[in-house]
Amino acid sequence: MYVAVKGGERAIENAHALLADARRGERAVPEISLQQIDNQLALGVDRVMCEGSLYDRELAALAIKQARGDMIEAIFLLRAYRTTLPRFGASEPIETGAMDIRRRISATFKDLPGGQVLGPTFDYTHRLLDHTLAQESDVASAATAPVDDTPYRSVADLLGDNGLIERAAPQEGQGADVGDLTREPLSFPAGRDLRLQNLARGDEGFLLSLAYSTQRGYGRNHPFAGEIRFGEVEVEFFAEEVGFAVPLGTVFMTECQMVNQFTGGDTTAPCFTRGYGLAFGQSERKALAMALVDRALRARELGEETDAPAQDEEFVLSHSDNVQATGFVEHLKLPHYVDFQAELGLLRKLRAEFFERNGESETPMQDAAE
Amino acid sequence: MTMATAPTSGETVSRRAAMAVLAQAPAADIEHGLDRVGTFAFNELRPTETGLVMLRGRIGSDGAPFNVGEASVTRAAVQLETGEIGFSYVLGRDAKKARLAALCDALWQSQPHRTAIEQYVLAPLRDAQQRQQALKRAQTAATRVDFFTLVRGEDD
Repeated sequence: MYVAVKGGERAIENAHALLADARRGERAVPEISLQQIDNQLALGVDRVMCEGSLYDRELAALAIKQARGDMIEAIFLLRAYRTTLPRFGASEPIETGAMDIRRRISATFKDLPGGQVLGPTFDYTHRLLDHTLAQESDVASAATAPVDDTPYRSVADLLGDNGLIERAAPQEGQGADVGDLTREPLSFPAGRDLRLQNLARGDEGFLLSLAYSTQRGYGRNHPFAGEIRFGEVEVEFFAEEVGFAVPLGTVFMTECQMVNQFTGGDTTAPCFTRGYGLAFGQSERKALAMALVDRALRARELGEETDAPAQDEEFVLSHSDNVQATGFVEHLKLPHYVDFQAELGLLRKLRAEFFERNGESETPMQDAAE
Repeated sequence: MTMATAPTSGETVSRRAAMAVLAQAPAADIEHGLDRVGTFAFNELRPTETGLVMLRGRIGSDGAPFNVGEASVTRAAVQLETGEIGFSYVLGRDAKKARLAALCDALWQSQPHRTAIEQYVLAPLRDAQQRQQALKRAQTAATRVDFFTLVRGEDD
C-alpha cells in the first residue's frame, strides 16, 4: 500500500541543488563537455545507448554527465527521454554483411576470406596501468597499411556452404509481425525475435553472469566465437512519401556469431547450432554474452534439457532489464511508513500470543520512532 | 533491403546516393556547399520533426528481422517555388541539417540545379567522406593478423 507522504519540499529542493553542486565538483577543475565524453569515454556512451535502447551519442553523453557517471541512472534517463518522441516506424533490417569493418576476428578459423583485423581492442594488452595517461598525452596517429578489398565473408556463411551449420529459418513475416516488447508486454513462451530484443537492451552484467554460468556447466552448450565483427552499417527507412528506402546515415554495431554444439538426428544431418548477439556501438562483451544467452534460451527448441538458470526463459527475460530492476530495488528507499506500521502491529500481536502461550509477559516498551 | 523497397531506376539510385551523402554530412558542410549554389526560397510542407526509428537486425544476420533498439531521426519536407518537393530523414536531432538536406533533395530533382548541387554540395562531401573512410580502412588494415599454429611434440 502506498500512502502519500507530504512535507520535505524544501529538503528535496536543497538536496537537488546539492546534487548539482556535487555533479559539477571542484569549480577550479574544468567542466567536462559532451564531446569529451563522446570521444574519450566512447565505450561508456556505447553501453548507455545499447541498454538505453536509443542510438544517439550526444544524448547518451548528456545522460552520463547528468548521472555523474552512474551508468544505470544514465540508461534510465535515456529510456525516459525516448518515451517523449513519436516513432516514425521501423528500419529495413540492417545488413551486417555489408558492414564497413573496423574489427573482425574469428576464434574458429585462422584463415578466412577478408582475414582478421584486430581494430581498436583491449585484447592482448597487458592490463597494466599506463601512468603516462595521468598527464595529457601526445598520441601519435595510428599506423596505416594498404587495404585488401576481399570481402569479409562471415564464418556462418563459410560453414553453411558445406551444410555444417544450421541456416536461418525461411524468412517469414517480413517486417509486419516483428515482436516489439516496447509496445506489447512480454508473454511466455516468447519468440526468438522478442528474446533477442530483450537481450539487446538487457543489462550487460546480468547477461555476462548468465553467459558465464553456461560456460561453467549450468546449461553447457560448447561455444566457439565463430566471428565477432564491429564497424559501421548503413540504416535505411522506407518512407511512404518518398517511395523508397531512404538512407538515414550510419551507426556502429557489434555482432557476434557463436558456433555451438550440434543438432540433427533422424531427419536432418548433424550440424553446428548458432547463438546470435547484436549491440549498438563497440560492445563486444555484451554481444558475446547475448549470443551465449540466446543459444541457452534455444534449449527447448533444440530438444535439450532446460534445467539451468540461463535456459529459463521467464527467469532470464523477466530480470534482464536494469531499468525495471533498479526501479523495483531502489523503490525500497522511498517512505514505507504505513506498510511498516502494519507489519509492526502484526509482529506485536504474534509476540503477545507467544508470551501468553509460554505464561510470560513482555514488558511493554514504546518504540523510540513512534 | 527487400526487393520491394530497393530503388530500381537509375534516377532513384542516384537520388538515394545523394541522400546517403547528405545524411552523413555535418550541417555546416552542407550549408557551406549550398551557399555556393545560391539562395532559394522554399516552403516547409510539414514542420521539421525529431522522432524515433526502430532499428532492426536479422536473427543470425540472415534470418527473420528483430528489433534491436531505436535511433533518433529528424525529418523534413520542403517545396521549392518551382514545385519540386524534397525530403530528408537523417539520424540525430539536427533540425537545421534535416532542412538543408531536404532542400538539397528538392534542388537535386530540379533539372536547372542538379549539376550545381552535385558539383558544389555533393562532390566535396563525397570527397571528405571517402577520404575519411579510406583512412579508417587503412588504419584497420594495419591491424590485420596472420595467426599461425605451431606443431608441438611429435607424432608417433
